[in-house]
Amino acid sequence: MTTDSERVEVLIDGTVLHVAANTSVAAAVLNHGGSASLPSRRSGWTPLCGMGVCWGCRLTIDGQANRRSCLIPVAAGMRIDTQPNGSEPEAP
Amino acid sequence: MSSTASEASTYDLAVIGGGPGGLAAAATAAELGARVVLVDESPALGGQIWRQNRSRVVPAAQPWLARLEAAGVELRLGTTVWQATPPGNLHTSQGPIRARQTVLACGARELLLPFPGWTLPGVHGVGGLQALVHSGLEVRGRRVVLAGSGPLLLQVAASLTSHGAQVLRVAEQAPLSRLARFSLGLGPGKTWQAVTLANPRFRASSWPLEALGTERLEAVRLQRVGGSEILPCDLLAVGFGLTPNLELPRALGCRIEEGAVAVDEHQRSSVRGVFAVGEVCGIKGAPGALVDGLCAGASAGGTTIARPLLRKRDRQRRFGRLLTRTFSLREEIRQLARSETTLCRCEQVDYASVAAHPDWTSAKLASRCGMGLCQGRICGAATQALFGWGPHGVRPPLTPVPVGALFSHDIPPPPPASRESRS
Repeated sequence: MTTDSERVEVLIDGTVLHVAANTSVAAAVLNHGGSASLPSRRSGWTPLCGMGVCWGCRLTIDGQANRRSCLIPVAAGMRIDTQPNGSEPEAP
Repeated sequence: MSSTASEASTYDLAVIGGGPGGLAAAATAAELGARVVLVDESPALGGQIWRQNRSRVVPAAQPWLARLEAAGVELRLGTTVWQATPPGNLHTSQGPIRARQTVLACGARELLLPFPGWTLPGVHGVGGLQALVHSGLEVRGRRVVLAGSGPLLLQVAASLTSHGAQVLRVAEQAPLSRLARFSLGLGPGKTWQAVTLANPRFRASSWPLEALGTERLEAVRLQRVGGSEILPCDLLAVGFGLTPNLELPRALGCRIEEGAVAVDEHQRSSVRGVFAVGEVCGIKGAPGALVDGLCAGASAGGTTIARPLLRKRDRQRRFGRLLTRTFSLREEIRQLARSETTLCRCEQVDYASVAAHPDWTSAKLASRCGMGLCQGRICGAATQALFGWGPHGVRPPLTPVPVGALFSHDIPPPPPASRESRS
């Protein structure tokens, strides 16, 4: 059982962040400042539906492109990378 | 992928969706002796309404989770079903699952309609913002406006307030006269009216006209009785009601009536061995989904449905119809987008490029609208509401999955087109 106070270390575009365990990757990126904080300034990065339907939250997670970050909880050592808008899914 | 994950095993029942309806169906059938597997895309059970994670426990869900465990229901979480053929051949991101029967409990998504500025960062679905807050988004001190239609607006407003957000306005497009009738129709003991009247931020006959901002949301302009108002805010939550997730039912060939899976008194769809429960067979809320699930679980488990349960289900279905009537969308909501407003967010197609076409298929072919990653789940539902287009055919994969998942087993042929009546 984890608690709210527990934090894990993740890398967002190479920047080390300590975020609460149990946070989804989408929520972690929004808490970090959302699209304004993304180094690529990827315009329009917006998790719209929050439940895996719209793909507006897609990010590269641990090298896998187009992951729906609203469905994925953060994990220790996770690498989160932004990617250009509109790219097609790739094989892992 | 491990070899065990790709081996098909045969279950008596596969339940797709771990919200109230799916939980009740899975527990009931398993308690009757069926070997049951429950599949959900999320990392935790509960669906949208009972969304849980390791630091958020929903009390209402606990008895069901205990019953699932006691009855030995197998769980496949974080698992996306990307194609299905009757009665229970499921092709998932984690390999195939075979079952003699299926309960579709795949729920509903929000109806999101285009209006100027709706793609600005800071604009979310109403349920979407709620889901994000439940998965760790911090909203303390943030100024929030909620706008659109449906009981979810007030529910989420209350939840956001409890998380420390500053709710500036709850704008409901339905007129007060209809809302008053809705409150009366609920009978004594229901809290909806009390919540509405107690919330000084609530406005009937009010809706979003435009989200304002350059790089992100800075304010929203709302229609209100006699004019409009501009409210500076950090977050805008919009939603125009719920729409059933019909991709899997369509893939299985289930008959669709009035925009939902048609079911008989046993919750059976038109396809043998395939049941449907909850929002997917008509928006009615969590209590209604639970009752549906109990009925489907009994049917799939081979027993008859108790008479009092049937009466309860009829009451829930009536409530669902009342919801639909109360929160039906006014014509002005369909006129919000401008020519240059984005309609398809995935492929960045504007309203004019889509509206110029006579139907969904030609709009798709000419503009790429609906051909992005969400596969038309957002803009397809929008064009259905705006132009009356649809219903749309589906083909596998129903959801983008890594290429490797497609080659883990044979790709089934597409099913025959389902007969559908227009909503």
